[in-house]
Amino acid sequence: MIQAFAFYLFATMLIASAVLVISARNPVHSVLWLILGFFNAAGLMLLLGAEFIAMLLVIVYVGAVAVLFLFVVMMLDIDFAELRAGFVRYLPFGLLLAMVLAVEMIFAVGAWKAGSLEMAQRLVPIPSDVPNIEAIGDLLYTRYLYVFEGAGLVLLVALIGAIVLTHRARGGIRPQNISEQVKRRPQDATRNIDQPVGQGVEL
Amino acid sequence: MTAWFQTQLGDGLGWFVANLILVLAIALPLMLAVAMIIYGERRFWGAFALRRGPNVVGPFGLLQSFADGLKVALQEIIVPSAANKALFLIAPILTFTVAQILWAVIPFGDKMVLSDINVGLLYILAASSIGVYGVMIAGWSSNSKYPFYSALRAAAQMVSYEVSIGFVLLGVVMFAGSFNLSEIVLAQKGHIFGLVNGFALNPLIFPLSVIFMISAMAETGRAPFDLTEAESELVAGYQTEYSGMAFALYWLGEYANVLLMCALNATLFWGGWLPPIDWAPLYLVPGIIWLFAKIFLGFFIFSWVKATVPRYRYDQVMRLGWKIFLPISLIWIVLISGYLMLTRYSA
Repeated sequence: MIQAFAFYLFATMLIASAVLVISARNPVHSVLWLILGFFNAAGLMLLLGAEFIAMLLVIVYVGAVAVLFLFVVMMLDIDFAELRAGFVRYLPFGLLLAMVLAVEMIFAVGAWKAGSLEMAQRLVPIPSDVPNIEAIGDLLYTRYLYVFEGAGLVLLVALIGAIVLTHRARGGIRPQNISEQVKRRPQDATRNIDQPVGQGVEL
Repeated sequence: MTAWFQTQLGDGLGWFVANLILVLAIALPLMLAVAMIIYGERRFWGAFALRRGPNVVGPFGLLQSFADGLKVALQEIIVPSAANKALFLIAPILTFTVAQILWAVIPFGDKMVLSDINVGLLYILAASSIGVYGVMIAGWSSNSKYPFYSALRAAAQMVSYEVSIGFVLLGVVMFAGSFNLSEIVLAQKGHIFGLVNGFALNPLIFPLSVIFMISAMAETGRAPFDLTEAESELVAGYQTEYSGMAFALYWLGEYANVLLMCALNATLFWGGWLPPIDWAPLYLVPGIIWLFAKIFLGFFIFSWVKATVPRYRYDQVMRLGWKIFLPISLIWIVLISGYLMLTRYSA
């Protein structure tokens, strides 16, 4: 009973906050609703027994991605009127996308329902006695090792690509060289002289 | 205790009542501990600066924090007219709540843990990553320049240091072989030559424990990394517009976070509730006392640093996080996994 209650609570909150993400007037509020949405999605994952995915969702999306979203959106000076202007123009396209997604989901669920036995034979059974971090790790680093490493390579390429695309060498800046500063001794930079009074100092 | 309540009140209600009592048994002493630790820290700073510190209210000034709390509770909460009112009031509640929920997975003794979950350490990482929103929302919703700068600084600083904290925790997890905090504590039993309980004296983990201590200071926004509330530049940072209980919630939340970082340090590196030496008579002392002693020692180091080390410049904070801690902790992960492959998993 309490699980059903929790499911409907998380699911309703998730849908409500998702709707509020696109309908909120203020983009900062949108990001905050998005964060609430992530939380409720993590709650749904917990109900499924996937505690590792739930924690990962919060760590990665709430802890890193949404912070950067919020960081950028807070600093932007957004013209709300202009933001709303394109709404009617893009509405058909958005509806089309939503329909494609919905149809795909129906197909996926339908295929799962129709051939659940065949599917279950192809998939790895979910072990109930080990924590799911260990279960995922066992699979990821043995059976799917090459796929996993391939995904890692793709991420590395994306990382380097992002740096190459956004990096520009700026001239005229004087970056600090910390080790040079630390190595510098008083006798390199200063000298003590005992100049007689009235003769001035040689510079 | 849960079982007893369940037989008395039925399954669901008994579980609820038992957990409610356990939550209160952690949260209320935590608030008391925060009040006393604020007093203790002010006494430390006094001693470091050759002053007396608070010594007037109550015997030895022990009631100083309660007097401050009473004063703050009687003050008006002023909401700036240009502020975003709802978010302005939600932000301190968020900070305070996050600082409390983190304690759910800390083991206070053998089997003495509110929620003994498999992903305890990940839960800590996940919940503490919410903490930054309390600061960011406060900075943005105040609609004022200094809090806003402070929010931007806090966001960048906390995200940066979470990366190195994550890698440090991975090193500990590899040695312990579990994300469960109780199992991490038990894995430290007799870790050094079967004699010393604790990972910190292991030469492969000691550098990580130092990095963790420093990163914890940066993560909680404590001196020397308190750039988010640097009073010479930003007045009081994100708290500038806050008053009354809203301000006090930030104060309590900050210290509860600091205590949590000390508790985490004690649990992960100093052997948690185990006595420092694996020797039978020492186990006669209850584990919770060892844990509190370790937390207090960690907190003393925190206030020692705060009293003696000058504040970093912001670019230096970022440089330390990204260019020094991140490479070192990455290399250390490789070292530790190599060592464990050679010794533990070589068969």
